[in-house]
Amino acid sequence: MAATEFDNDSTLERILAEHAGMAGPLLPILHAVQDALGHIAPEHVARIAAALNLSRAEVHGVVSFYHYFRQHEPGRHVLQVCRAEACQAMHCERTEQHVKQQLGVDYGGTSPDGVFTLEAAYCLGNCAAAPTVMVDEKLYGRVTPERLEAILAEWRNR
Amino acid sequence: MSVRVYISRDAAAQALGADETAAALQVAAAARGTGITLKRVGSRGMVWLEPLVEVEDANGQRIAYGPLTADRVPELVKAGLFAAAPHELRLGRVEDLPWFAKQERLTFARVGVTDPVDLDDYVAHGGYAGLKRALGMAGAEIVDEVLESGLRGRGGAAFPTGIKWRTVLEQHAVQKYVVCNADEGDSGTFSDRMLMEGDPLCLVEGMTIAAIAVGATRGYIYLRCEYPHAGHALREAIDVARARGYLGPDVCGSGRAFELEVRMGAGAYICGEETALLESLEGKRAEVRYRPPLPAIKGLFGQPTIINNVISLASVPIILERGAAFYRDYGMGRSRGTLPIQLAGNLMHGGLVEKAFGVTLRELLYDFGGGSASGRPIRAVQVGGPLGAYLPESQFDTPLDYEAFTAIGALVGHGGIVAFDDTVDMARMARYAMEFCAIESCGKCTPCRIGSTRGVEVIDRILQGVERQANLAQLENLCETMQHGSLCGLGGMTPFPVMSAVKHFPGDFSRDR
Repeated sequence: MAATEFDNDSTLERILAEHAGMAGPLLPILHAVQDALGHIAPEHVARIAAALNLSRAEVHGVVSFYHYFRQHEPGRHVLQVCRAEACQAMHCERTEQHVKQQLGVDYGGTSPDGVFTLEAAYCLGNCAAAPTVMVDEKLYGRVTPERLEAILAEWRNR
Repeated sequence: MSVRVYISRDAAAQALGADETAAALQVAAAARGTGITLKRVGSRGMVWLEPLVEVEDANGQRIAYGPLTADRVPELVKAGLFAAAPHELRLGRVEDLPWFAKQERLTFARVGVTDPVDLDDYVAHGGYAGLKRALGMAGAEIVDEVLESGLRGRGGAAFPTGIKWRTVLEQHAVQKYVVCNADEGDSGTFSDRMLMEGDPLCLVEGMTIAAIAVGATRGYIYLRCEYPHAGHALREAIDVARARGYLGPDVCGSGRAFELEVRMGAGAYICGEETALLESLEGKRAEVRYRPPLPAIKGLFGQPTIINNVISLASVPIILERGAAFYRDYGMGRSRGTLPIQLAGNLMHGGLVEKAFGVTLRELLYDFGGGSASGRPIRAVQVGGPLGAYLPESQFDTPLDYEAFTAIGALVGHGGIVAFDDTVDMARMARYAMEFCAIESCGKCTPCRIGSTRGVEVIDRILQGVERQANLAQLENLCETMQHGSLCGLGGMTPFPVMSAVKHFPGDFSRDR
């Protein structure tokens, strides 16, 4: 465990160094931390706050404001299910129910096998081929419950 | 000789299997010993035909086939796909298809045609002609051209773009900024995404012209994180533009500097509101600012800032290239030019249609959209995203025009049209509008923060049949408070979908369930 913490620390220091001198650096730093470490932990918040001369409360306030930033470690893949109007017009609630049942979690949760973190999305911009889901950066259109099963099976092994 | 084959790299095409089709085409071509050059382009906007493949025939014509999924590639190749041979999936030239031929593609002229990040391809198709002309003009002349074109903010507010620019031009400041609002969060909209993925250099050029016009030297594209594909395309485009001297310390040898950078949002719908977006760019919670001051006077980091939507900025190059009058000649009334309209939800032929203002909803839903995907009657349409009104069939003859929509209590917004068939429960859609507002409220003002949660509760009581009349009156009262008391459009306009649903579909609020 100590080695991992050390790696995380050096990753964080590298990210902070890369963003030195940037105007309005907080969101880019938070993105870089989450991309590299999967989430933004309280100890990261403290270190980022110190580096930017902000209070921990200010940084925490930003992390918690944005839906995308995560304070807990996610599963191996993030599965976003769009539940905005265009997807509702194509009955995405069926896909939603099915995925929750398949993974045994609600939005924000991670499946017990640690493979998928389930997130609700409010428009993935694929509204002409709804319903839409996205796994990591891979987008899928016209997702029926059957097609969803195939998608889950495909990503379970990755 | 190698056969040129075009296939989209647009996220919507990928979502329907374009990458798999591209891979299968490579495999099939290799197996047959046919040399092919596979070009990844933007999407033509006919999403129902994706993955769409175009093959260049012996006469240099691009012949389209679609939808061509990977599993059908061997069959098509065997039938002579690479020789543009007949097949049931052969569509002919895209430009000859009625759906495409009836459009007026100005802003989207290159999307689906060119390689999005090939600067030579861009220039060969008219790219950077607008900037070249702008570099020979005074800032005030460029601003006048945009003002004269009649271009209004395509993000939804429809404020004249030229007036924003003029205000920034008139400010004296050491640092000015150009910010592109690419936080396209409205459901049913994807024109920004398609433009950024299909012709990102057009946005880069539009922002460069804006910067030259007002004397700004730094620009930011604030892109929502739900659009990773657009982010990749934009960064590639910016890199190539910088490498070729179209961005950087000396734009096209003019001695003028313009640096451009992509910044990612983090899943907050409120960042589509321009002052919240600026707060976010500064690294803060995206809370809406009070105004005045306007962003044009005190914007990013307190400096004068042009902040425009993707389509507004991407429409600037053609206005500079062809002149204000050319663009202004399209449209009706005070809505000039064209609007990239997005057909979404329950429609047979969903996709992107660029038309001059004045086209009616009915034409869009039936002539272009082909009616519902489910085959059932279209019962309601939401235009303009989650803050747009729901319109019943009796209003389908309304022309797409900012003033005509305002007159019926609706909005054109960013041009997204979401169709619902007769299985829709409008009381549930009204509840969702309030729920969405509660999820996305920045929390700064009370009517939006508290009102939306109370709205969900009141609609829940109506759905349960508890004191229906009293609760409907309460809902109306609440909507009035939100509309007039909120700081920005999120709380201020959530009443539009809610009250339009109550007004046009009262039966859904009075029946027992």
